Amino acid sequence: MSGVVETEVLVIGGGGAGCSTALHLALRGAKVVLLERGLVGSQASGANYGGVRQQGRHPAELPIAKRSHAIWQDLPRLLGTDCEFVATGHLKLARSAADEADLVAYLDVARDYQLPVRFLDRATLHRDYPWLGASVVAASFAPEDGSANPRLLSPALAQAARAAGAAIREQIQVTACRHENGRFVVEAGDAVFHADTLVNTAGFWGGQVAEWFGEPVPVRPHTPNMGVTEPIPYFIRPNIGVAGGGIYLRQIPRGNVIFGGGRGTGDPAVPFSRATPEATLAAMRKAVEIVPSLAGVSVIRSWSGIDGMMPDGIPVVGPSSTTPGLFHAFGFSGHGFQLGPAIGAILSELVLDGRTDVPLEPLSIRRFQTTP
Amino acid sequence: MRVAVVGAGPAGVRAVEQLVRAGLRPVWIDEAPDGGGRIYQRPPAGFHRTPKALYGWEGGRAAALHATLDALKPQVDWRPETLVWNIQPGLLDPGRLDTVRDGAVEQLGFDAAILCTGAMDRVIPIPGWTLPGVTAMGAAQIALKTQGCAIGRRVAFVGSGPLLWLVAYQYMKSGAGIAAVIDTTPWRTKLHALAGLRDGAATLAKGAWYVARLRAAGILVREGATPIAIEGEDGVTGLRWRDASGVEQRLDCDALALGWGVRPETQLADLAGVPMRFDAPSHLWVPQRDAAGRSAVPGLYLAGDGAGIGGADVAEMAGARAALALQEDAGMKADVELATRLDRRLHAQARFRAALDRAFPFPARLAATMPDATILCRCEAVRAGELRQAARADAATGAAPEVNRAKAFTRIGMGRCQGRICGAAASAVLADALGCDVTEVGRLRGQAPVKPLPMPMPIPAGTP
Ligand SMILES: Cc1cc2nc3c(=O)[nH]c(=O)nc-3n(C[C@H](O)[C@H](O)[C@H](O)COP(=O)(O)OP(=O)(O)OC[C@H]3O[C@@H](n4cnc5c(N)ncnc54)[C@H](O)[C@@H]3O)c2cc1C
Ligand SMILES: Cc1cc2nc3c(=O)[nH]c(=O)nc-3n(C[C@H](O)[C@H](O)[C@H](O)COP(=O)(O)OP(=O)(O)OC[C@H]3O[C@@H](n4cnc5c(N)ncnc54)[C@H](O)[C@@H]3O)c2cc1C
Repeated sequence: MSGVVETEVLVIGGGGAGCSTALHLALRGAKVVLLERGLVGSQASGANYGGVRQQGRHPAELPIAKRSHAIWQDLPRLLGTDCEFVATGHLKLARSAADEADLVAYLDVARDYQLPVRFLDRATLHRDYPWLGASVVAASFAPEDGSANPRLLSPALAQAARAAGAAIREQIQVTACRHENGRFVVEAGDAVFHADTLVNTAGFWGGQVAEWFGEPVPVRPHTPNMGVTEPIPYFIRPNIGVAGGGIYLRQIPRGNVIFGGGRGTGDPAVPFSRATPEATLAAMRKAVEIVPSLAGVSVIRSWSGIDGMMPDGIPVVGPSSTTPGLFHAFGFSGHGFQLGPAIGAILSELVLDGRTDVPLEPLSIRRFQTTP
Repeated sequence: MRVAVVGAGPAGVRAVEQLVRAGLRPVWIDEAPDGGGRIYQRPPAGFHRTPKALYGWEGGRAAALHATLDALKPQVDWRPETLVWNIQPGLLDPGRLDTVRDGAVEQLGFDAAILCTGAMDRVIPIPGWTLPGVTAMGAAQIALKTQGCAIGRRVAFVGSGPLLWLVAYQYMKSGAGIAAVIDTTPWRTKLHALAGLRDGAATLAKGAWYVARLRAAGILVREGATPIAIEGEDGVTGLRWRDASGVEQRLDCDALALGWGVRPETQLADLAGVPMRFDAPSHLWVPQRDAAGRSAVPGLYLAGDGAGIGGADVAEMAGARAALALQEDAGMKADVELATRLDRRLHAQARFRAALDRAFPFPARLAATMPDATILCRCEAVRAGELRQAARADAATGAAPEVNRAKAFTRIGMGRCQGRICGAAASAVLADALGCDVTEVGRLRGQAPVKPLPMPMPIPAGTP
């Protein structure tokens, strides 16, 4: 389709962040167009591990995570599907005294943010979860956390956004953007879009969009390595992480165990990503360490995805520092799936009200600006 | 130069033969306990039957291939019972194969590799196909070949293709009870496609001979028929089907073999980044290669049924040809005369293959119109109706415009077999539901491991 399309808000990128933004804007009556290079949710938001957790997050993210938690619970009403979100609890394991000290230290952060987290000493932990390996010495448990099906979230958000009046355009890549006479001019496919407001939710590629507006950021591709086993009888209820990272796993009620650890490989220019055999094998070894009864269970698939990693491990969320009417939310650094639903609510407030109650200062793009 | 050959069927054996002739010592890998591939799969030790009894008219070829196989083993790095579960193509760096043997993983570098991964049964899910007692056609044949046992006492054979008659005939010869042979292709389709071709006439004659023998033994043989449903509670008790004139029929049976030819095992080629194309006559996605077996990925060659179905004789020629191409590309002196001869014969065979594809067309309608309640993906227990639901614009996630998205929504093709069994039927159902051509919904992308890879045993405490 060629010609000029006029809209109030244009959203670049149809991951969880972008689709949620389109939905919340449309629900409030804004005229919004979302442009997605592939299919909605075909990048990080559709390929991730599916962990929906607040525990362990950087304090700067916790207000967003808490708001997201409320939306996750409300998905059936909002989207007509729960996206398989279940609050199974998130169990974070310690395998050394140092890791245990980290878990204990985080209890204070959790208390400051009214996040329910319970500490489990070794005896309690092994009594409640007798299938854990002997190397685990303690854990902290966050009952509100859990997991969801990443393949459903963005498409369901996009579908609800369509129903609310948003135009969701797939298979169309934004190739150039500029701000001209107070309006945004966005070139994509063989069409040109004019918008009053521009939202950059382009994931890893959000760095490119920011650069178009003269505010480059040091975002790097981040490709977690994922795997899944054949179905086995359901016994791992909580979503499991470990202090220090390296392995995380969860089981879905139909029996498959999904696990992550290490890095896959990829090329964001294609875009393309894939698990590496080294990472898959290493994660398999570590999975068996923390849940020994997984030995012999077959892994049937591995994959990866591309997220944007910021040097400080937290995203860029908030207004542009160079261009009025431009808002960023990208670089979720490997943990933005849980945040997606709230990001849309927050951005819709920034766009329509010019403000939000959620403190965003620590996530401002200005933190990467080097004063000359 | 490090060369790897995956697969020790007809294609792999002839490829390795040419590599060894050229002075190379390839790594040669097959996941089976021994070489021979599908058609010339050897029975386990201690199971004695003559090649003639095992391989019928192909007995001589089988014996010759096995002799070459055994002679080659000491001249190469032979690794049976070893699965190649992943491949990383060598673009600038050398390529790597990830293998697993009895739980032990290993990574092998290669400068060039020939993939001779062969084929597997092609089935169309029909209601009741997940009942115990239903097997794929080739699997029914292998049960007979390697274990000497029939899959039931009254077996119905349902499908189409040369293998349908052959396996039914082999069962009859072994004394197994046969309930019926239900062929979805009408006789005139085969006649029309094959008459007039030299090899075609021979195939027709072979087929007619099998059919005559089966009929002479009092076995019900019906062509142009359509299976409706396999009946039974916890085992097969019967088959409902429709005859060529559209009248519904029923027959008693206690086991059923199902198959519409074979499909290439393309996952390794796919993982290596070899572009795929839809071959309309065979209704299959096949890796792209040139006539000599070169793929677009430097150093990667494809031969045999894994590169597109051609049958065992073509596989032997293609294996040898790919090995010669590898030598040419590596700047070695290759047997040009042999290459030319193989090119000519492979070219002639391609015409015959096209005729065979017309003679035994894949009944895409049968797949596309399967009832909603049919379990389409048996690994994940997804029904055809769920896939059709995912194609609807008013679904909670919007319509799935292609098959990988449908997989994401419904889990179709996400199980143990990674869609190797249901993929083609799933595409047919989805394309029909969307009202588009089957090529538009694409194919399920491959992901490592190409077959299930077991989690390791825990490292005992105290090990450094
Ligand atoms: C393997 C993996 C596992 C993860 N596990 C978890 C987890 O368990 N829990 C968790 O909370 N987070 C997890 N994450 C992180 C999480 O998935 C991401 O942070 C989150 O999905 C990012 O959402 P997004 O909308 O910013 O980006 P994306 O989902 O990447 O969406 C950005 C979209 O923008 C589109 N786009 C880019 N450029 C253009 C352009 N020029 N024109 C048009 N469209 C464009 C892309 O195609 C893409 O669809 C994981 C990430 C990965 C990769
Ligand atoms: C079940 C079955 C029965 C058949 N019966 C007949 C018949 O009776 N008559 C007839 O004319 N044709 C028959 N065919 C077709 C015939 O088998 C093929 O045309 C012929 O075998 C092709 O030879 P090939 O070397 O290409 O492959 P194959 O003979 O299939 O050999 C491929 C080899 O590669 C190995 N392999 C594949 N992937 C991997 C991997 N990832 N790692 C390690 N090893 C791997 C396999 O174990 C196998 O040994 C049958 C096919 C099948 C599938």
